[in-house]
Amino acid sequence: MASEALGWWGIPLAIIAGTLRGSAPFLFVSLGECLTEKSGKINLGLEGTLLMGAMSAYAVSYLTGSPWLGVIVAGVAGMFLGCIHGWLSQQPRVNDVAVGIAMIIFGSGLAFFLGKPFIQPSAPQLPVISLGAWSQMPQVQSALQISPLFLAGVAIAPLMQWFFRSSRWGLLVRAVGDSPDAARAMGISIFKVRMASIVAGSFLAGIGGASLSLFYPGSWSERISSGQGLMAVALVIFARWNPVQCLYASLLFGGAQAIGPALQSVGIDSYYYLFNASPYILTLIIMIVTCSPKRTLTGAPGALGQAQE
Amino acid sequence: MTDRWRSSLEKICIPIGALVAALALFGLFCALAGANPFGVYYSIYRAAFGSWSSFQNTLIQASPLMLSALCTALPARLGLVIIGNEGALVMGGLAAVAGGLTLSGAGAPVLGVQLGMALAGMAAGGIWIAIVGALRHYRAVNETISSLLMNYIAIAFLNHMVNGPMKDPSSLNKPSSYPIPEIDMLGTLPGSRVHYGLVLGLIACGLAYFLIQRTTFGFAARTAGGNVRAARVAGLPVGKLTLAICFLGGACAGLAGMVEVAAVHGRANESLNANYGYGGVLVAFIARHNPLAASLVALLLGGILASGGILQRSHGLPDATVMVFQGIVFLSVLYSDSLYGKLPIFKPRPARPRPPVATATAV
Repeated sequence: MASEALGWWGIPLAIIAGTLRGSAPFLFVSLGECLTEKSGKINLGLEGTLLMGAMSAYAVSYLTGSPWLGVIVAGVAGMFLGCIHGWLSQQPRVNDVAVGIAMIIFGSGLAFFLGKPFIQPSAPQLPVISLGAWSQMPQVQSALQISPLFLAGVAIAPLMQWFFRSSRWGLLVRAVGDSPDAARAMGISIFKVRMASIVAGSFLAGIGGASLSLFYPGSWSERISSGQGLMAVALVIFARWNPVQCLYASLLFGGAQAIGPALQSVGIDSYYYLFNASPYILTLIIMIVTCSPKRTLTGAPGALGQAQE
Repeated sequence: MTDRWRSSLEKICIPIGALVAALALFGLFCALAGANPFGVYYSIYRAAFGSWSSFQNTLIQASPLMLSALCTALPARLGLVIIGNEGALVMGGLAAVAGGLTLSGAGAPVLGVQLGMALAGMAAGGIWIAIVGALRHYRAVNETISSLLMNYIAIAFLNHMVNGPMKDPSSLNKPSSYPIPEIDMLGTLPGSRVHYGLVLGLIACGLAYFLIQRTTFGFAARTAGGNVRAARVAGLPVGKLTLAICFLGGACAGLAGMVEVAAVHGRANESLNANYGYGGVLVAFIARHNPLAASLVALLLGGILASGGILQRSHGLPDATVMVFQGIVFLSVLYSDSLYGKLPIFKPRPARPRPPVATATAV
């Protein structure tokens, strides 16, 4: 056990290691949700998208032997679910939150259905990037093994920030999300912009799933996601719809997720299950602190959660 | 056909049409997966309603669904989308076990123990969802997300309790609480295997319908659900309404947990978290949040759930098939919401102007 040699220092090290390993799914799903919500729609169904991505990445990696192809297919599978959500949630009188709940059931059902044959076999995993070569301690070396997908996510966050702030398309997305009437007056097709945002967001969420099944925990089972897709929705609110803050929030959540296992590794396991709930409790506390009935949150897209006529 | 008939026919035909469309899509899905769709339909029908024995299974599955559906349907009348059914059900089940063990340990009579379990379950589930309502009202926390998070917290709490403080040391491979004494379990209806949970479910649906449609309380809730600002101007206590409705909804889901514990499992363990929560959400949405319709839809969905095993055995389809079916039904029902008032058959006919009387001077 890593912590035996390090004693109590094992806890922070295990939490840092867990953060680096476990925050990639949060990061990808929250970036996808951020893009979706900027266009004025909520996609709660990203939990289902995450599972679908995890399953298809694992299956393709197993069948073809190429984990990178698995990552791409995970994104495409996410886009397929995104198309359904994008089309259905924009029909008149259809509530996007309800569609999201339905998509959770449909997406996870589909993933479990198609993924049944892939629970047993083991698929080739993504390569890891070792940043710990400077250290003599094997514990530090193994903690600093980073997924290339995590690095990609870290790069996408500032890119998306730039996209919203300085690009023409980013302006279109923000215009549709903040003031659909103004966007319509400019001659923008609201349906197309929202569809594109939802599909692109689902692509990212699918890749987040690939990071679950092809890096950490690195297997496919029906319990692989512990609600990361749902927590990411709350995380976007916490990050005030800002992609770079999504990155920080994902690291925080990844760390919270690692508390339970880290404490268990040094022998504190009497509250194991309660510590495992810490990401959910953290999310709830953050929402209680940051939300307020008196004002709308800064950065919230103006048309978010409003019914379409 | 008068316009009133037209509109009530629309309310019946569109949901049925949505179910038929979902069946067709599901058939297509099964065909793609290599199973004969008609064989699958027949198996579902046979497993759900084919014989008295299988219909009893359907009824057993339907009772927790009815109760858990009210946890979504009641708050929906106030405009809240609450999906914390699973959490309220788990908390209700845990509280029922704790209450039952305490009371039977103290030597209470059977009826007292059962009543105590029901009250404990309802209180726990009710408070659980009332917290969601309070967060919504006082802190404007999105109730859908908070109730979902509360589900995970409740399941973690269940795991903690049955692996720790409440663990029965003799339950080795499936950690469970101590069992409720056999004598204190809920009995079955005479001449069947169906337990009294079904009666509780039907009564709860009936009471909920009466409360929402026929009382001033229900009227106030519906008003606030239609337009919060108008309700405030009219002096309605929106905060109290929110808390009360959320408590009632949660209490129903908590009662579902109590029924599961006191009539089926006999103890609290992981089986409590058997997707009756999400099934209940689905039932509420298909029933358009009408408690009476929810009892019928729960019967239908209970049948589908009861058929999960047979699909696996006789068609080689994985057990997640039922989940895919539920997802397709849910999506199709949501789409059908957009069809109201759009189909030409159901459109109210404009009063037809009389054709001008032909006059002799034509041509």
